[in-house]
Formats: sequence, structure tokens, C-alpha cells
Amino acid sequence: MATETHGAEAVSTCVDSHGSAVGMPQLCGDWIGNQVFWLVITLVVIYFVLARIALPRIAAVLAERQGTITNDIAAAEDLKRKAEEAEAAYDKALADARAEAQVIAQKARDDIKADLDVAMEKADAEIAAKAAGSEKAIAEIRDSALANVEVVAKDTAGAIVAALGASADDAKIAAAVDAQLKG
Amino acid sequence: MATESAETADGGLVFHPMDQFIVKPLFGHGEVGMFTITNVTLWLFLAIVAVVLMMVLGTSKRAIVPSRSQSVAELAYGFVYKMVEDVTGKDGLKYFPYIMTLFMFIVFANFLGLIPMSFTTTSHFAVTVVLALSVFLTVTVLGFVKNGAGFLSLFWVSSAPLALRPVLALIELISYFVRPVSHSIRLAGNVMAGHAVIKVFAGFAAIAAISPISVLAITAMYGLEILVAFIQAYVFTILTCVYLKDALHPHH
Repeated sequence: MATETHGAEAVSTCVDSHGSAVGMPQLCGDWIGNQVFWLVITLVVIYFVLARIALPRIAAVLAERQGTITNDIAAAEDLKRKAEEAEAAYDKALADARAEAQVIAQKARDDIKADLDVAMEKADAEIAAKAAGSEKAIAEIRDSALANVEVVAKDTAGAIVAALGASADDAKIAAAVDAQLKG
Repeated sequence: MATESAETADGGLVFHPMDQFIVKPLFGHGEVGMFTITNVTLWLFLAIVAVVLMMVLGTSKRAIVPSRSQSVAELAYGFVYKMVEDVTGKDGLKYFPYIMTLFMFIVFANFLGLIPMSFTTTSHFAVTVVLALSVFLTVTVLGFVKNGAGFLSLFWVSSAPLALRPVLALIELISYFVRPVSHSIRLAGNVMAGHAVIKVFAGFAAIAAISPISVLAITAMYGLEILVAFIQAYVFTILTCVYLKDALHPHH
């Protein structure tokens, strides 16, 4: 360094009168004691700073981080498992509900069918009753018609007999008409 | 240094690439004694401040979701922790704070040294030798305490043919004692060389014709030095782990 040539008296055998180094300053014996002394102090200080404060602290932080990561992974696994369980429960509930709905639908269908059967039966019975009543009425009407035919025939026969100028009593005419009707 | 007096007569081109490594008192111009507060003291202190800022203040919120500074601190923690675990095994983890101290100090000292006009503490052999020797002594003592005489099996390569073993033992022994030397010189040498080269390029910037090239070269070197600052801290730390592994498990 050219700027360091301000004239100072040589305070060491390793420095010339201009303040420049004589030979290698590394080999100058005058300074070794000083360097070693301060170096040892420095190393001891750094050692205590590291061993007492810095290294335990960093080790703790790293361990804590490792623990946190492990815990987080475990928690994530746990949550995943829970989600799977919830999904399974949901699926099961869905299947149950579907089965129940099927049962209810079947029951409703059965109920309606039973109601329908009863109503049908009733309706059939009514229809049958009505048909029987109608048949009876028809039979009555037919019977009364036949009776009327008899009466009309007798009356007509009596009138015809009278118109022909003959007279016949009613009993004869009735017997004759009956005989004709039966024949 | 040869470049020391490389002055041209006309342009005043002056190279003092090593002046940046001079240790001087922070207050006054007196002599540097053992306890003098020097620029070394200042930059070591700033390294402490940087470590505290990042590792203590940066993590003060203890957030589960970290802030930027906290994640950098956690990154540094994880980086060194994994290195210790991978290289030395589980039983090396109780030495993790020591290795973390080494790494944090070197990495911050290196990067603080990259601030222009700063003083690079790790460019001095006095500093790196203390670091390397403390690792060497600790590891050697630990090896004998943990394994007793069994630690010597580190030098007795049982997988080699018997005839070769004494030779290998000699080589292993020499390489073992060279460890602290290479360990320390590697770090200081890399850091010092890079800083000196930057300074040399800066000296060339005084000549207008080549100053653009000089500035480009400084920029490129600075980028390289940023890599070196981290890589050398990493290398120093991982070698410490390797040596520690040898002490804990000496059997090949």
C-alpha cells in the first residue's frame, strides 16, 4: 500500500523506516504472542457463544420444527381418516334411506292395493246385488206381462165371443184361454 | 519479498503487497506487546461480532418458519453438523461445538478479510498454527485416551503385506506429524497468496494504460478469493473431522 509510507520510526524489526514490511510479516516473531493471545480469547468467546447459546437454540428450533411437521402430518392423516369415515357414514345413510324409501313405497303400494281390493269387492257385490234386483224386476215384469196377456186374452176372447153373437160365461172362456195358453 | 522494492524510477510504481499483513497497534505507534490492542484484536473482535450477529441475533426469534438470517444460521449449523456426522460418525457429534467454533471463526475471519482495507487474521501462520496445533494435540490426546495403545494401530497398516508394514508405519508416522504443518499452511498460504496477488494487481492500476486490465484482474481475483475463503474454511473443518475420526476409530 503506497499510502502507508508516512515516515514513522521502525517500532519492529519487521517494519522498515517507511512503515513497509520487511520480508513476510507472517514470519515476524515480534507479533506472534499478541496474535496468539487475542486468538485464544476469540476462540474461547466464540466457543462459549456457540455452545451455550446459539447451538442449543438452533438444535431446539430444528427439533421443534421436526416435531411440528410430524404432528401436522399426523393431524393431516387423522383428518383424512375422519373424512373417509364421514364419507362412509354418508354412503351408509344414503343406502339406508334408499332402502327405507323402498320399504315405505312398497307398503304404500300394498295399502293401496288392499284398499283397492276391498273397494273392488264391494263394487262387485253391489253390482251383483243390482244385477240380481234387475233380474227380479225383469222376471216380475215378464210375469206381470204374462198375467196381463192372460187377462187381455180372456177379455179379448169374451169380447170376440160376444161380438160373434154368442154368449159364454167367464169361467168357460178363462178355461179355454188357459188351455190355449198352455198348449 | 522480491516485489518489495520493485519501484520504477519514473512512474512511482510501488508494490508493497505484504504491507497489508503488518500487525500494528490500534492506538498510537508503540511497540506490539502481548496484550497490545492491535488491528489483529480489532478484526478478531469483529469476527466474534459477526458470529454473534448471525448465530445468536439471527436466531433470536426461534421461529418455526425461519427468517432469512435464521435460515442462514440453520444452514451453517446443518452444514457442519452433517459434515461431522458423515465423516466421524455418531460418536463424533459430541465434539460438534468445537468443530463448529473452528468453522465459524475461519469462515468469518476469511470473509471479513475480503473487506477492502481490512486485516486478514487467517493469513497469519501464528493464527492458523494455533488452530492446527490445537486440533493436532486434541486429536492425539483423544486418540490415546479413547483407544490406549490401540491408537498406534493407526500406523500399523494391517491390510498391507507384513514385510511392507514397517515401511508404511514410518511413512504413516511422518505423515501424521506433518498434518498440523499442512493443515495450517494450507489455510494461511491460500488466504495470504490471494490477498497479495490482489495487491500486486492493485499496484499495476497506477499505470493508466493497463489499469483496466488491472481492475478486471482484481475483480476476477476477488471472485476467486470469495471461493477460496469458503473452501479453505470447509477444507480445514473437514480435515479436522477426518483427524477426529482417526482418533475415535484408528483401525483401518
